[in-house]
Amino acid sequence: MIILEDVHYSYDGVYTALRGISLQVDDGERLAVIGANGAGKTTMIKHMNGLLRPQNGRVILDGQDTKFMSVAEIARKVGLVFQNPDHQLFLDSVKEEVEFGLRNLGFTESEAEQRCQGTLASLGLGGFAERSPFTLSGGERKRVALASVLSTEPRFLALDEPTIGQDAHQKNRLAQMLAEMNKRGRTVVVVTHDIEFVIENFPRTVAMAEGQIIADGSTSMVLSNDEVIERCALAPPQMTLAARALRNVFPEVGQRLTLLSELEETIMGILGGA
Amino acid sequence: MALIEFADFSFKYLGADSLALKRIKLTIDEGEYVVITGPSGCGKTTFCRAINALVPQFHRGYVAGNVYTDGKNTRENEVATFASVAGLVFQNPENQLVTLDVEKEIAFGPENLGVAPDEIRRRVEELIDLLDLEELREKHPHEMSGGEQQRVAIAATLALRPKVLVADEPTSNLDPTSAEVILEIIAHLNKRGMAVVLVEHRLDLVAKDASRIILMNKGRIVADGNPREILAMDLCEEIGVGVPKATQVYKRLKTRGVELRNVPLTGVELAELVQEATSR
Repeated sequence: MIILEDVHYSYDGVYTALRGISLQVDDGERLAVIGANGAGKTTMIKHMNGLLRPQNGRVILDGQDTKFMSVAEIARKVGLVFQNPDHQLFLDSVKEEVEFGLRNLGFTESEAEQRCQGTLASLGLGGFAERSPFTLSGGERKRVALASVLSTEPRFLALDEPTIGQDAHQKNRLAQMLAEMNKRGRTVVVVTHDIEFVIENFPRTVAMAEGQIIADGSTSMVLSNDEVIERCALAPPQMTLAARALRNVFPEVGQRLTLLSELEETIMGILGGA
Repeated sequence: MALIEFADFSFKYLGADSLALKRIKLTIDEGEYVVITGPSGCGKTTFCRAINALVPQFHRGYVAGNVYTDGKNTRENEVATFASVAGLVFQNPENQLVTLDVEKEIAFGPENLGVAPDEIRRRVEELIDLLDLEELREKHPHEMSGGEQQRVAIAATLALRPKVLVADEPTSNLDPTSAEVILEIIAHLNKRGMAVVLVEHRLDLVAKDASRIILMNKGRIVADGNPREILAMDLCEEIGVGVPKATQVYKRLKTRGVELRNVPLTGVELAELVQEATSR
């Protein structure tokens, strides 16, 4: 379990990036963190694996205050993938990059190799093991950074904008892998602007604005809150816009349509009767 | 003469084992708004780099065929020649900003090309106005939000008066509202006559602005045409293109025997077509 208690943080002592964040993430949860650029999402997620330490307040990991834990100790439990893969990748081949973390965590040579192969295959990087990460495309480098953390399967996964640069197939692959890990008891926290990805994969959503949490609850509840839509700089999904436009003409269309399949059935209903 | 011509162009990065671009043949004319899309690693970024000679002059490798931008061969003219023809904007504006304030950032490019000071001042003011940067005039780029930085990066690119804006996933690090602002600016520039080549996965955001969509897969162009025709193809789902949700609904209805009159690209278009079909 990760508990943030009234966490404050400022990078330069002038501008306060986090202004009293309190949040509890239970084991086995899937949680999305949304918010406008500059809301403090990345700063918060960096507190979860000890990269940043609170200037006020506490971060408690499995009952232990992280103030008294080393980064190495925390890293065994919490794996973080950065938004920009180039801040993370530094070795000459994809295989070395992924096996580096595994070896550091004490996996044997053959275990490391096996896990590396399995993770690369799951993320659609099967043929890339010997390639230099720097010859890969932006989307591919992002997946290598994800593989280097996902392969170690830490108890807590913290992912900063994991879907950037990913096409529809790759996004599905990633979602499937996260769902499998979650079934095995892993906790998954993502920071993302990708609202469709949130709706389809995360039951709980935390909305942030100006360094504070402004909403925390079920994803459908948080995303139907107008204040959240506005302060998190969210654009309403196309399906919501379609439903709104339909409702003007067909009053029978429900208030809370989010999924594509729901809209499809609604339209079949309308046209079936025509 | 076409603004951009790929004449049977192929490219392989040094150290890579397969071609990033395979025998690309196409032309892009003035005033077009072309969206390039396709699965991760299909060659979209390489395509953009080839327009302004970064491929093959900065990123080296095996080359066959030619690219002509504004009539000039990208293998035979210096990279600087193309800076004032094709302006590139990238995903991460932080990597692109070089100076300490907005005015200097916009002036940086034209200063390097030896444009007269009066003319530079004129362009700076015009772009501050066009991209709504007045409030950012005194701000350091590192104090700006991602969306603000991207607006400054676009202004700096436009200061060279390019004929085509080439933008490689310019909104993927931005929150949805900032992304919409950037895409509205790009659509506005296109309406004023500037050609646009935009790489994007999230077609929900851009298909409505595009005059043409080019679908790439494994270094090749696999489809090229009107957005509605291209997105209605099953090929999109096969190779993993993010078809707009409204278009997906259209396709699902069609498999169930209900065909709307046209292919919608947005939720509002979908609602209009449904309304039309019921004549309510």
